[in-house]
Amino acid sequence: MAQAFTKEMSRNIFYGGTAFFFLLFLALTFDTHLALPERDNRAALDPATERGQLIAQGKQLWEENDCIGCHTLLGEGAYFAPELGNVYTRYGNSKEAIMGFIKGRPKDGIPGRRSMPQFNLSDEELAAIAEFLQYVSEIDTANWPPNIQG
Amino acid sequence: MTFKYQSQAVAMPYFIAAIGLFVAQILFGLIIGLQYVWGDFLFPEIPFNVARMVHTNALIVWLLMGFMGAAYYLVPEESETELHMPWLATLMFWVFLVAAALTVAGYLLVPYATLAEITGNDLLPTMGREFLEQPTITKLGIVVVALAFLFNIGMTILKGRKTVVSLVLLMGLVGLAVFFLFSFFNPTNLVHDKFWWWWTVHLWVEGVWELILGAILAFVLIKVTGVDREIIEKWLYLIIAMTLITGIIGTGHHYYWIGTPEYWQWWGSVFSALEPIPFFMMTVFAFNMVNKRRRNHPNKAATLWALGTAVMAFLGAGVWGFLHTLAPVNYYTHGSQITAAHGHMAFYGAYVMINLAIISYAVPILRGREANSEKAQVVEMWAFWLMTVSIVFITLFLTGAGILQVYLQRFSDNPLSFMVVQDKIELFYWLRFVAGVGFLIGLVVYIWSFFIPGEKTAAEMPAMEAQGSERGAVEAAAG
Repeated sequence: MAQAFTKEMSRNIFYGGTAFFFLLFLALTFDTHLALPERDNRAALDPATERGQLIAQGKQLWEENDCIGCHTLLGEGAYFAPELGNVYTRYGNSKEAIMGFIKGRPKDGIPGRRSMPQFNLSDEELAAIAEFLQYVSEIDTANWPPNIQG
Repeated sequence: MTFKYQSQAVAMPYFIAAIGLFVAQILFGLIIGLQYVWGDFLFPEIPFNVARMVHTNALIVWLLMGFMGAAYYLVPEESETELHMPWLATLMFWVFLVAAALTVAGYLLVPYATLAEITGNDLLPTMGREFLEQPTITKLGIVVVALAFLFNIGMTILKGRKTVVSLVLLMGLVGLAVFFLFSFFNPTNLVHDKFWWWWTVHLWVEGVWELILGAILAFVLIKVTGVDREIIEKWLYLIIAMTLITGIIGTGHHYYWIGTPEYWQWWGSVFSALEPIPFFMMTVFAFNMVNKRRRNHPNKAATLWALGTAVMAFLGAGVWGFLHTLAPVNYYTHGSQITAAHGHMAFYGAYVMINLAIISYAVPILRGREANSEKAQVVEMWAFWLMTVSIVFITLFLTGAGILQVYLQRFSDNPLSFMVVQDKIELFYWLRFVAGVGFLIGLVVYIWSFFIPGEKTAAEMPAMEAQGSERGAVEAAAG
């Protein structure tokens, strides 16, 4: 068997298999991008609208405060703090509730417990983050998370 | 000197810095492990997200440092020629180290938003995404270092002997650089952002990094077993073939719940369920080669790390990955402590251990001896078991935490809120922290092993010389 199966054959399986499955992956990627307009809530992102601009600002604030360093968003991120992909619905479809929570975090934390830092965001910035989180909650995620608790 | 090409010595600073960053990674891992149970520990000076960034980024950078050191060590030997530009390798080492140090200092000294501001994140926003938190300017630095490194390695391979090991290594390293470029793509559309983010993250760790892992493992096995290169290279091709055949479409297991079409639940489940196969082959391969060894290399510790890599990568990446990769299971486990459990053992088994294997093999040679003294090796093997057993327990405790979390928060009839569940599973986080302390002890023992006199004692000397000549004979026979 050692003679029957040569190094050249295993090399060909590697190159052939890799090329085939990478091309298949590219095809699936292409198809995914055709399907996304129906699922990814891109209508909300229109930069010509005030909402679209607010969401873009909110996403950048989300990134520049490293929110993903504690939270998950659609299940990706750190597991130290709650999932935020559905926080808008969990908070009763209320952007004000989200803004109020972020704004009200104590500067020195809560003794002995996990607490979100006080980021000292302006009202406009808070509104942008809340708008971003509402946009995320309207993405079609195949019914994930399983329930409102995230 | 026992190494054949003088320029192999440029690997040494890479290995030293890798171990230094490894220590930082573990210390910050303990901080965040403690913050899980002692919520305001170091708050607000070092909040969880900052310490976690140091933990994960230090890991990534030290693994890259180790890969580079490995390449600088093994490519001249495989190519049978000196490195193309040794000075460039040394220069890039300092560039990389200073960039890493400045980035970590930035994380720790100023709020992340300030760091984003002073590094001009506005011009090309790439920050604030998991594992890619580095300022854009650091990312550009990584690209420069990677290009200089690839140029140096590529030219060396081009002018010398071309082996399968160095070719596979080069393909892995080129892939690493190419897929990193997706880290600069950060659209506002979150689904696009996440989709392409995985082209860096998944196609690194479940794609091209496995080529690097396979090549380094093959190199170490050729050296410590003396088995015919033809056989090892055949295995290497087959293993990396299965890696990419399963792993590329396997990216689909990240496309279940992020807004992408539902057919990914089928593609992702089927192909990622096959991802353990190359790891299982790697285990069979490593044990087979060691059983068929044609020499008894005096460096027992390096052999142990090589075998450990294969086993632990199979358990961590293969078994623990399979555990939650099927879409109907992942629906409940996605983004839970189950994910964390898998991440810890997979990274340790596959990438930490392969780095420690090549360091274990190469550093004694770079220090002028074929292998360390028995005593130094025994201490190193103690470190192997302490760290490995600790990571097994970290993984088991996180798995326990994850099962409870998934049940209480997502599966039961009366789902509880995230923080209520976190309080209920606190015991597992304490146990995980204790296992983490065990890991740190293992790491201290590991570092201690470098300071034990490595020269052979007079009693061991004749045996070593006999083995040395045996090595020459075997290598001559193997061609």
